[in-house]
Amino acid sequence: MTLRDEERIGELLRVLPPAPMGWVQAAQELPAARRSLDEVVARAEADAEFRKALIADLEATLALEGYEPDRRVVDELKRRFSES
Amino acid sequence: MTGPMSQLSTLSDGELVQRCRSGDAEAWNELVERFSRYVYAVATRGFRLSEEDAEDVFQEVFTRVFTHLDTLRNDAALRPWIAQLTRRLCLDSIARKNREQPASEPVSEALTADLDEIDEAFTVREALTTLSEPCQEILDRFFARDQSYRTISNELDLPSGTIASRIARCLSKLRVELEGRRSPPAGSRE
Repeated sequence: MTLRDEERIGELLRVLPPAPMGWVQAAQELPAARRSLDEVVARAEADAEFRKALIADLEATLALEGYEPDRRVVDELKRRFSES
Repeated sequence: MTGPMSQLSTLSDGELVQRCRSGDAEAWNELVERFSRYVYAVATRGFRLSEEDAEDVFQEVFTRVFTHLDTLRNDAALRPWIAQLTRRLCLDSIARKNREQPASEPVSEALTADLDEIDEAFTVREALTTLSEPCQEILDRFFARDQSYRTISNELDLPSGTIASRIARCLSKLRVELEGRRSPPAGSRE
């Protein structure tokens, strides 16, 4: 390898800039979001009133119960409740 | 690459997958960190998706990886799996857009070359992780983050006159590492 190779290595390092920090954080929070989703679903299955409230106004009920309004959790819950 | 290097960064992909499966949150963070640049580059530089579409693809890739990690037959095949998944989701995104806006530009013929270059770049990044943390930091800042000598000097508290020579030294070490990978077992690790 020569200096030209080192130039090429430099060019290749430039090809992979960091992804936006917010995207990375959101992806890293997936396990927590999944746990939150499982918890809400389990509770909705066990508590008819909670389930009714979720179906009536998902976001408001989640917020009222102290759940983080993660978009993926909300979307997944909407999908699940619309199927049921 | 802004804080201390994670100890998990030395794990192989297979080891990382196993730890993610066991519910290790730090391992998941490392997996996302390890592949985030790659997924981002494929979506934005390779397929030239808009930021909005690229973000959707990015999140969908990691959501699928997280939910289907148990179905991965060969743990060491994480990289090709993520690569294939990312490409497929990018193509789905383009197909959806084309249905909405039929006039939009088709996927360029240069795509394959771009994706090959991104794959090559990922291999270089893997080699980078074997260098010392100061080398990783300075090369990442200068090349990937496009920081000036002055910024690097200020943020790393290094004499500005030494930045260029440090970069050259670290680049040379990275070259040696890559040479070693091409002709094993002569490679040395710093």
